[in-house]
Amino acid sequence: MAAALSITRGFVPRERTDFLDSLLGAIPRGALTEISGPPSSGRTTFLCSLIASATANGELCALIDVDDAFDPATASAAGVRLAQVLWVRCGGNLDHAIRAADLLAQAGGFGLVAIDMGDTPVRIVHRLPLAVWFRLRHAVQNTKTALVSLAGRVHAHSCSELKIQLSRDRAVWRGKLPGRLLEGFSVTAQCVKNHRPEPRSFTIVR
Amino acid sequence: MYASIHAPGNLPALLECAAQFSPLVEETSPDDVIFDIRGLRLIFGAPKHIAEEIYRRLGVPGNVAIAANPDAAFFAARGIAGVTVIEPGCEAAVLAPLPLYLLGGSPELAHTLDLWGIRTLGEFAALPTAGIAARLGEEGVRLQRLARGSATRQLRLRTDPLEFREEFEPETTIDLQESLLLLAGRMMDDLCARLARQSLKTNEVRMTLKLERGADHVTTLRLPVPMLDAKTFLKLLQLELNEQPPAAGVKKISIEMIPVASRTMQHGLFEPPSPEPERLEITLARIRGLVGSGNIGVAEVEDTHRADRFVIVGQACSLRDAYSGAGRAGRMPAAGCKPAPHLKLILRRFRPPVHAQVWCSATNQPVRIVSAKGDWRVQACAGPWITSGDWWTEAWDWEEWDVEVTASGVYRIHQDRRARQWVVEGEYD
Repeated sequence: MAAALSITRGFVPRERTDFLDSLLGAIPRGALTEISGPPSSGRTTFLCSLIASATANGELCALIDVDDAFDPATASAAGVRLAQVLWVRCGGNLDHAIRAADLLAQAGGFGLVAIDMGDTPVRIVHRLPLAVWFRLRHAVQNTKTALVSLAGRVHAHSCSELKIQLSRDRAVWRGKLPGRLLEGFSVTAQCVKNHRPEPRSFTIVR
Repeated sequence: MYASIHAPGNLPALLECAAQFSPLVEETSPDDVIFDIRGLRLIFGAPKHIAEEIYRRLGVPGNVAIAANPDAAFFAARGIAGVTVIEPGCEAAVLAPLPLYLLGGSPELAHTLDLWGIRTLGEFAALPTAGIAARLGEEGVRLQRLARGSATRQLRLRTDPLEFREEFEPETTIDLQESLLLLAGRMMDDLCARLARQSLKTNEVRMTLKLERGADHVTTLRLPVPMLDAKTFLKLLQLELNEQPPAAGVKKISIEMIPVASRTMQHGLFEPPSPEPERLEITLARIRGLVGSGNIGVAEVEDTHRADRFVIVGQACSLRDAYSGAGRAGRMPAAGCKPAPHLKLILRRFRPPVHAQVWCSATNQPVRIVSAKGDWRVQACAGPWITSGDWWTEAWDWEEWDVEVTASGVYRIHQDRRARQWVVEGEYD
């Protein structure tokens, strides 16, 4: 299933994102979800919206930031309650990130544990053996924790229950220089659920 | 019956003497103690014999008095030399000749009584109570009751400050961490048992190792919530010692636990789950060992317009507020985790920012960017936005642009207008 969505720097009326719920449904708990896409495809925005939703419910979240790319200021503006987010900065060490994710998943009690590998080269993430993803999936199985990974491409194969692939159609600019503003992105999301890609696609115009 | 001892400047002797007769001791002042002697009649006989026995065991010069109420005994000990025994009902008569200043009270009241010509407790006790109440108020009535020896009260018992400390000095120095942890584990078991007997827990465990050479090695575990689990403490201690092992063999181990009251928190049926504090604490300690103590915690954005200014708050205690706040603010989570209704653009930061060379057009707009990230042609841009601040400390003066580049993404770049240096701050994603 594919759909276009808009990501803006400002307030978005509710009706514009209702389609996202209908498209993606809910990120499953007790399972691994992969968010993938090239740079500037809205994947970090999507992840932060998940964290914002979980923290708004009063849950604790953990963000394992492999490349130290998380920006607390824009995340806070996007609705993330920073006081409920445990931020683990791994300084580019993917091995540490995976071990930290494993420990946090085993600890239990987190609503969402996210591994952000957005800036890690694809070839390095690809070197992770499949057993790592099996282990992580097993750690959250039968728990209330949603495990989410963010990377340039999907890597976990059959270990992930849901794969969301994002791609940027275009950046949306408003006005003319010198008063021009970056208003947001127009993004296409393709959702693969339960290993059965649904070919239906549609576009929503902003 | 109560006994009072007055011995100026000999408080330790007073307390030691009182402890020989009763566990119920009040440290009334640095010169006086009062203690309960009910039941001593069976051992020592009449009150007079009890008083003489106290006087004999005192060991320092002082006065001993016994009376039916604590204050009468106190005034008698302060005002009458030697041993005094006041029979019940005779308090007013015995206290009557004592000087008025023994009562204490406010300077204004003492001055008023002095103007009235009242010099002794007896003269003050003889005044009509209604007149005292009308002229001197509640304090006057209270003092008159003391002067008559008729005031009754409970003793304010002296309690030793609770200290939970264990020390162990092995015959030979300890070089292996396993041996050290074995001993520490036993000591913490004992400390936890002692805390449990007092219905207390601890939020800070301090281990001091006296080393063969060099300064003492101090390890402190600060816990986000009060706990009482020796196994958890031992694991945390092990992780701390793995990170910072002692520099030499250990000659002496000292462990102290700071006692605090247990937390009272009732979990609700409809509250979202939260991590078990003890387990989470160990997990955080393990991760801290992996990524370093400054790289884990809760972010707090600083109150400034300067970009990328934040602090990582706390370490082990960083989620303390979340422990208590998460459940109350929340509601039962749905079966899944849905995206927030509003999607707002997020910036992925490059830390440190990537230095770049930027070519600008005649209208001063960026057209080409060369950096470690690539050689980019600018398709579209927005800006500039001039930001500056902190002129009183580390001044900054930036010119920010949002740029969309060919075959890549949308980035935020800025030029430091002072240093004429461009950097790529991050990528909108």
